[in-house]
Amino acid sequence: MRSVCLYFQVHQPFRLRTYRFFDIGADHYYYDDYQNKRIARRIATNCYLPANEVLLGLINEYGSAFKVTFSISGTALEQFKKYTPEVIESFKRLAKTGNVEFLAETYSHSMAGLIDPAEFKRQVKEHDAAIKELFDYTPTAFRNTELVYSNSIAGQVLEMGYKIMLTEGAKQLLGWKSPNFVYFSASHPRLKLLLRNYQLSDDMTFRFSQQEWSEWPLTAEKFVKWLNHVDKKQELVNLFMDYETFGEHQKADAGIFGFLRAFPEQLIKTRNWVFRTASEVSGDNQPVAGIDCPHPISWADEERDLTAWLGNDLQNEAFSSLYKVSETMANCTDADLHRDWNYLQTSDHLYYMCTKWFSDGDVHQYFNPYGTPYEAFLNYMNVLSDFLIRVKEYAENQAEVPVEPLPEVATPGKKPITLKSKGTVK
Amino acid sequence: MFGWEFPPHITGGLGTACFGLTKGLLKHGVDVQFVVPKAYGDESQEAVRIINASDVTVMMNDPIFRDYWSQITYMEIGSNLIPYVGPEDFQEMVKENLNTSVQEGSRVFSEKFQFSGKYGHDLMEEVARYALVGASIAANSEFDIIHAHDWLTYSAGVAAKKISGKPLVVHMHATEFDRSGENYNENVYEIERKGMAEADRVITVSNLTRNIVIDRYHIDPDKVITVHNAVEPPEKTELIDAEKHVKEKIVTFLGRITFQKGPEYFIEAAQKVLERDPNVRFVMAGTGDLMEKMIRRVAKLKISSHFHFTGFLKGENVDRMFAMSDVYVMPSVSEPFGISPLEAMRSNVPVVISKQSGVAEVLDHVMKVDFWDVDAMADAIYGLLHYKSLNDMVVTGGTEEVNNLKWESAARKVVDIYESLL
Repeated sequence: MRSVCLYFQVHQPFRLRTYRFFDIGADHYYYDDYQNKRIARRIATNCYLPANEVLLGLINEYGSAFKVTFSISGTALEQFKKYTPEVIESFKRLAKTGNVEFLAETYSHSMAGLIDPAEFKRQVKEHDAAIKELFDYTPTAFRNTELVYSNSIAGQVLEMGYKIMLTEGAKQLLGWKSPNFVYFSASHPRLKLLLRNYQLSDDMTFRFSQQEWSEWPLTAEKFVKWLNHVDKKQELVNLFMDYETFGEHQKADAGIFGFLRAFPEQLIKTRNWVFRTASEVSGDNQPVAGIDCPHPISWADEERDLTAWLGNDLQNEAFSSLYKVSETMANCTDADLHRDWNYLQTSDHLYYMCTKWFSDGDVHQYFNPYGTPYEAFLNYMNVLSDFLIRVKEYAENQAEVPVEPLPEVATPGKKPITLKSKGTVK
Repeated sequence: MFGWEFPPHITGGLGTACFGLTKGLLKHGVDVQFVVPKAYGDESQEAVRIINASDVTVMMNDPIFRDYWSQITYMEIGSNLIPYVGPEDFQEMVKENLNTSVQEGSRVFSEKFQFSGKYGHDLMEEVARYALVGASIAANSEFDIIHAHDWLTYSAGVAAKKISGKPLVVHMHATEFDRSGENYNENVYEIERKGMAEADRVITVSNLTRNIVIDRYHIDPDKVITVHNAVEPPEKTELIDAEKHVKEKIVTFLGRITFQKGPEYFIEAAQKVLERDPNVRFVMAGTGDLMEKMIRRVAKLKISSHFHFTGFLKGENVDRMFAMSDVYVMPSVSEPFGISPLEAMRSNVPVVISKQSGVAEVLDHVMKVDFWDVDAMADAIYGLLHYKSLNDMVVTGGTEEVNNLKWESAARKVVDIYESLL
């Protein structure tokens, strides 16, 4: 039996409202509630709810032969709780079947792993706790934001206790090798790696409704045939994708839900394949080779690198400015600041500032609420300026040592004057 | 080619554009015969700038221009035609200056062409007379294509076409709606419409203008082609000594202070920036019918100490103004193209432009805002002044971008249009 590992990314950012420089210091609420609510509801209706229904139907029908894997970011979970509680309920029903694995990741879909190991760890913990609370599930496998991976990240992930990580089957990693095996990290051999088969994954996610594609229309029969043509020695196929593929990027009327239902059915009926979760395929199969990755990769664009998020001076300035306060934020107990710290780390904000779309574009445009990367940067930096001021004020307040008023007459023998400090004294 | 002004005697972007285009055309081996009505008399500042003969001499002797002038025939027609002046204003001016104008103009005019004509008493008569000149030139010269720039010359273009039977291309640098908003002059509109209807091809300087031509003049879309303007590479390589005598950052508006240039939005944005950051100075360079109103508005907002009016700037002073600027803003309400941001970018100044400008169609590395959105405009100005990486990227990207907007390429498109007609 060979395995297919179907993994879906679910994520929503808290989009920022139009925040002008004259709001700095005057207004500390940064989010476009209307847009966030509108988009969350739209995608719930178009994608999350109907797609979950299809998956639930398949699980009910095929039992243990059909399993799937999800990652749901903390910010997405918060939005569901706030705007579309029925999505949470729907995921809970899926979780209850026992055929669903939830992955660990950063709470706010951040790039913290590239810059701040302590914050990276904190966010993963916060996300684990959220998954545990909602779905009574403890993640054991890890996926990083946008499948960003490197030797250094492998070390951090292993240290947090995860033995399995998902990433992109990028050409620069694999060379001539096939993504259809389990690998391990060359720098940290105890970490198993599952690599995305981008050819087959992208057939579904990008090309499904492209009429100029020579294989259009993509039918379940065709897709099953392709899977059957995969070399018999290859043990698994990792189909990793954005969950919004279903009903949002590929529209319902293009037949994507029919496809999502039909291709697993037909594949299971061949009796050569089963659907397994990420942890199961890693357990079932021996890793075949080590993968060395000195420079970070991701699943984005042709380059499969970080340039969509950290590819120009705007993005680098925004990114480094934000993490300058990570030390203060590590011990911050202020709920509002903590929320903003999480939300502002969401990598989508950096993505909006990508200037690659001047040449490489449609996908970037699709996700972008801003007209130009310059507008995105401007708005983010205004928000960030306000946030940084607040963090600074917070740190100063913490550092202040409130001294109890001295008694008017200091009588010796009375209890000693105590110095109180809320936080670290600098 | 029928035009109305030519460097260095220019009152707006049209002369610059005609000059750039003809230079580009020469590179593609096109011989250009340029006909310009020449206003005589001292009726206005604007007119003086057109006719300063000593400057023409300087130009002729300049080696840079010698090649250029040897290849094109330049004709001046005695005429009172003045760009950017509506028929009503024109009438006023003619009344004031009738005597001197007639005398001097007639002499030049009658020497060159056997017209005994007197100057018309209104602009429409003048346009009609210019058309007769056009017809006369058409009858007496050899050429393959007639190319007319903006409405004042359309009648001449049409007349030339009728006499010669040669194809006519009309070039829309601005429409009556851009100049006058909804209070447009129907006679002007009619001349524009007729010119475009009679023309074999209509060139528009942006898709914005193309849409106006199609929607409001009902011209067949198939014959309307956009050729975006370009910008000349800097003639001087040495940097202008831009000694700033103030330590504050300088934000500049440069253009005619008229309704369509949106000066009041610049002032409102300035006020918002100054509220937050007093270390900025705003400069409004240019003149126009709204200037006094703008000065009053600035005074009312109590920002006069940080807001300066320079009056009309020309030549080197324009370059110096750009060199001193930290941000350039073009808040035009309606701008068929808008060449000044390109000049600012060439001087490494980051620019904020309105989305209602044709030039926005060809630029990526600029801040684009709606002209009415003064919050966004203020925000863009503030961002360019305070966020270094933004400023750096806009400047670097912008310079590269503007260097790739060559008149040679624009002229190539025009040549293609010519060839499609031959």
